[in-house]
Amino acid sequence: MGIERHLNDTVHVTNLEWFVNWARKSSMWPLGFGLACCALEMIATFVSRYDLARFGMEVARPSPRHADLMIVSGTASKKMLPAVLRIYEQMAEPRWVIAMGACACTGGIYKNYAVVQGIDRYLPVDVYVPGCPPRPESLMDGILQLHAKVMREQSIHNPRTFEIKKGA
Amino acid sequence: MPENATLKEDRRSEVIELNLGPHHPSTHGVFRAIVELDGEMVLDVVPYLGYLHRGYEKTCENKRYHQVIPLAERCDYMGASSNSLCFCLCVEKILEVEVPERAQVIRVMMAELSRIFSHLFWLGTHGHDVGAMTPLFYMLREREEIMNLFELTAGGRLMPNYLRIGGLIRDLEEGFVDRLRAFTNHFDRRVDEYETLLTKNPIYMDRTQGIGVLPLADAIALGASGPMVRGSGLQWDIRKSEPYCGYESYDFDIPVQSGCDVYARYLVRVQEMRESNRILKQAVERLPEGSVRAVKPGVIFPPQEEIYHKMEALIHHFMLVVEGVKPPEGEYYQVIESPRGEMGCYLVSDGGPQPYRLKWRAPAFVNLECLALMSRGQFFADLIAILSSIDIVLAEVDR
Amino acid sequence: MNQLEIGDKLLDKFGLEVIETPATFRDQMTLTVAADKILAVCKFLKEDPELAFDFLSFVAGVDRHPAKPRFEVIYQIKSLKHNHRFRIKARIDESETEPATIDSVFSIWRTADWHERETAEMFGIVFRNHPDPRKLLLPEEWTVHPLRKDFPLFGTEKDTPDLPA
Repeated sequence: MGIERHLNDTVHVTNLEWFVNWARKSSMWPLGFGLACCALEMIATFVSRYDLARFGMEVARPSPRHADLMIVSGTASKKMLPAVLRIYEQMAEPRWVIAMGACACTGGIYKNYAVVQGIDRYLPVDVYVPGCPPRPESLMDGILQLHAKVMREQSIHNPRTFEIKKGA
Repeated sequence: MPENATLKEDRRSEVIELNLGPHHPSTHGVFRAIVELDGEMVLDVVPYLGYLHRGYEKTCENKRYHQVIPLAERCDYMGASSNSLCFCLCVEKILEVEVPERAQVIRVMMAELSRIFSHLFWLGTHGHDVGAMTPLFYMLREREEIMNLFELTAGGRLMPNYLRIGGLIRDLEEGFVDRLRAFTNHFDRRVDEYETLLTKNPIYMDRTQGIGVLPLADAIALGASGPMVRGSGLQWDIRKSEPYCGYESYDFDIPVQSGCDVYARYLVRVQEMRESNRILKQAVERLPEGSVRAVKPGVIFPPQEEIYHKMEALIHHFMLVVEGVKPPEGEYYQVIESPRGEMGCYLVSDGGPQPYRLKWRAPAFVNLECLALMSRGQFFADLIAILSSIDIVLAEVDR
Repeated sequence: MNQLEIGDKLLDKFGLEVIETPATFRDQMTLTVAADKILAVCKFLKEDPELAFDFLSFVAGVDRHPAKPRFEVIYQIKSLKHNHRFRIKARIDESETEPATIDSVFSIWRTADWHERETAEMFGIVFRNHPDPRKLLLPEEWTVHPLRKDFPLFGTEKDTPDLPA
């Protein structure tokens, strides 16, 4: 009754932070950063069977300037690590990182001289998706958890920083 | 240009050095190359590798023989079951173990499914690089069906880890053979669909005919194998010349083209998919009954049911898991025809439970050496088409 | 030709000072060749019409530490015309001052280019007359040779750091 009846459910009342978070999570563009085998499952998540387009994420830009989400899918070797950090720096804020697969989370089955034992030594990872390779449903679950995390962020009155960690 | 305009006489052009990669949408992974360009013409391509070097060979020296199998599968992640086939055949040869026939036929099924799997992805991404976006989605639909089959064997969609030294880990599930038969029945028509999209497409033919010519003598000198040499006219397939796993008893042809260009390699790979389907149909018809693992106590894992009832089986299983299988001292080189060419596993054993040296002869690594020769004098856009026609998998190139 | 015939042919041509022990395991023969004569042997293997080994599968190294000579360089070759394979190896050693050296077979099989670059960086072997002896797979700043037996699997913080210093 009163003003609600006149508005006919066409107005949603919320706070600005919720609105900003909702906009961010509804069209989070991933950076197609396939390093190794997990890239194949990431591609499988994008196409018609598992369809990431329902979440507004089918625009996978190769350029880091256009992307919001970096899905590190595959092993980061020590030779590749400077390139990974450079690409992360080029992404515009706000930017999020999903470590997909065992190799990105902790180094995976490659515990040796050539592989970085988890890119969370250098990048601020938001969601870890384990698996070798994780099923597309797993990756989608990880992405949805990231969306929930973004909705909980206090993006206006307590914004977080998105910086590369110094030191291992 | 208008009639009265004049050209500057002292115009000069410099050679540009362009850095391609390692993060690039068209390089199929972390591949980096420095390209010397004169305008749009490529003068030289120098690949810089190692961005996916994961220390595979050193890691294998510190693992038991069975633990190497998942590592080997991740070496060429497109056709994972061929890699484990190569390694298992090598170890079985050193151990002198005869794999039972049912396991051999199932291994052939897995190898040919891997070949189709790999070629489908190649076709999709190659089309994408040349500009045809549609084939990619069709291929990925097909690959989902094959991944369903892989899942039925041992649970993994991409890397099923189904093979073991001596045979397979377990027998096929209930519905596998029916689903495989259904797949083989409709796959030929699907390949026809893909061919209608690309083979006679005038844009595709313009973009790939005469591009990336690799003469046969150069191909052999540079060590290329697989569809690279078959597209240049050499009829060489390891499944025919050095058969393994019972391939000599299957009826299939080797597609050969003499065009030496990107188009010839495309035709070879499409025909190979059809031939693989032919082999699959024969394998499904001839699947015999029997066990799926050899019997050699102390060397090969005993069957799972026996472990619950027999003491010796339990002890052997325990010792094999804890200590590992110990092949006799010696060295062996086993080759198979992987989707990319000659894949070889050179194993040096010193009698211990870990390989002394494992050298993986990766076909994509050697085929990539041909890139510079094929691209000189081509346009830059054609360089991408040539690179995709080599069909590299960076995990194999860098190991 | 089978493995025994190939081995005999090499022995006839070069004699026992160059061709050392043949070893046969599971119907594959490996012939050890004196390291300084490797170019002559490879040239003969490629050019002789009955052998015609025109395809080099790989060049690899094996570290036999602490045995002396320390390294083995393996050449796996195939003849596409006659459909036979063979394997020869050469044993080389390093001293405190000099790294292990052997001639490059690039002039005989062009594919040896990248194989030898990889073997050189992984073991520390130097291939004489190689056209482009740069590192292939490892980062350029590294000075260690990982596939040696005395190199730890996990590397060291100093020699194999995550990021270049």
